[in-house]
Amino acid sequence: MKLKPQTKQKIAFALLGLAAVVVIIPVAVILIILIKRGLPAISWQFLTEMPRMGMRAGGIFPAIMGTLCLVAGAIGVALPLGVLTAIYLVEYAKKNWWTRMIEIAVVNLAGVPSVVYGLFGLGLFVIFFHFGSSIVAGALTLAIMELPVIITSSKEALMSVPRSFREASLALGVSKWETIRCVVLPNALPGILTGSILGVSRTAGETAPILFTVAAFYLPRLPQSIFDQCMALPYHLYVLSTQVPNVKPALQYGTALVLVGMVFSLNLVAIIVRAHIRSKKQW
Amino acid sequence: MSKIETKDLNLFYGNFQALIDVNLAIEEKMITALIGPSGCGKSTLLRTFNRMNDLIDGARITGEVLIDGKNIYEAGTDLVVLRKKVGMVFQRPNPFPLSIFDNIAYGPRTHGSKSKAELEDVVEQALSRVQLWDVLKDRLESSALNLSLEQQQRLCIARLMAVTPDVVLMDEPCSALDPMATQRIEELMSELKKHYTILIVTHNMQQAARVSDRTGFMLLGRLVEYGETPQVFTNPKEIKTEEYITGRYG
Repeated sequence: MKLKPQTKQKIAFALLGLAAVVVIIPVAVILIILIKRGLPAISWQFLTEMPRMGMRAGGIFPAIMGTLCLVAGAIGVALPLGVLTAIYLVEYAKKNWWTRMIEIAVVNLAGVPSVVYGLFGLGLFVIFFHFGSSIVAGALTLAIMELPVIITSSKEALMSVPRSFREASLALGVSKWETIRCVVLPNALPGILTGSILGVSRTAGETAPILFTVAAFYLPRLPQSIFDQCMALPYHLYVLSTQVPNVKPALQYGTALVLVGMVFSLNLVAIIVRAHIRSKKQW
Repeated sequence: MSKIETKDLNLFYGNFQALIDVNLAIEEKMITALIGPSGCGKSTLLRTFNRMNDLIDGARITGEVLIDGKNIYEAGTDLVVLRKKVGMVFQRPNPFPLSIFDNIAYGPRTHGSKSKAELEDVVEQALSRVQLWDVLKDRLESSALNLSLEQQQRLCIARLMAVTPDVVLMDEPCSALDPMATQRIEELMSELKKHYTILIVTHNMQQAARVSDRTGFMLLGRLVEYGETPQVFTNPKEIKTEEYITGRYG
């Protein structure tokens, strides 16, 4: 039997729509469950108090602070390093085997499983550099994991700056570096920032890289220096769910909700920044 | 001495030869037009004078380009100094996404003038020279991208004036503009010729005939004919030139 084109089109639309719905379902279900079962646990005390009674009561304040420290430390290291690398690759590197090697390395870095980053951090930062299990070691490990995302998004942002801007500047007798600093970077910055924040927010939820490098099982106080261990939300969630008997499920769901909330708000910041800049951008 | 002189200039993009044995002498404070069909090498030739071809991978040059008697392809030539002296106006107006003031102040700022008063002077002078000062003096802080295309192109010329070049290269500066705007830019060029040596690439033959003092006709990488504009247009020596200007091809 031959179908009419209109019928075929309707079937195609239906299939495409169905695929889109199927994609939304897991997100919606996760959010609904988290909110329904986690929200009752959330209170001001939960967010600002130390855990008590072997984590069966009290709050998750040190884990929140730990995760914030790790994210801030990681972006503080990875952002400059990644942006400088991207500038080199886009503006200076010649098209030769060495550049291709760097690009292949970056792509491969993105494909390394997170647990391998964890072991790498353990070997290099914790043991070889004697940082011990500490915020420095954890943040550096996360930073290396973020690098490919930051490099890739920065490269795209730099390449999207119109060639005519560079030519205009160079033709005025402005040196290449000044051109990059005064024309290319300011116009690429929004793209670099949003891409980087989106990449970083993902690492906020990573467990494996911090498992061996920083995360404390139970440490009901704030870290005093960057060479201290700290608690972190993803690891705390893992501990609550598998390592501590008789924890109220509300605590687990509450912790998960806070973690998801943090990642979402980071993404939201990136999206708002991008929307704001797009509305101002005129080229 | 000619302002610009090329001696046996050859330019290659990889294996493709874009300029073949070009010998050309350009006189000071005149408008010299380069005409020819698309792909004849006229823009490429223009871009050898401020070494913008250096930006293209695989571009290679033999021969000499002398500006004020100095070979600009000699090792150790300072591109910053060269490009301050030999400015360029592009086909499409390309102001930066900044205010009118900052666009013009960009060159002087990066070259080291910092004081506000100094920059204000430079901006006023540059805008006056392209006859934009009276129109724009009250909105110097608004974005340059809101200007009409003609005003943008004038702004780009003013931005160039602010770094005080003595040669101005124009790569089809009117091709994005309507006929009225084109006419006004041409009038501006005749005005600017008092202060600058101007080279213009155009595939609008009427434009070359109207504004230029000398005209060079290029074909397939060679400079076929070069002379006084009236002579080239009314009494060309080469049969190829005659065929082109009478519209036989191009």
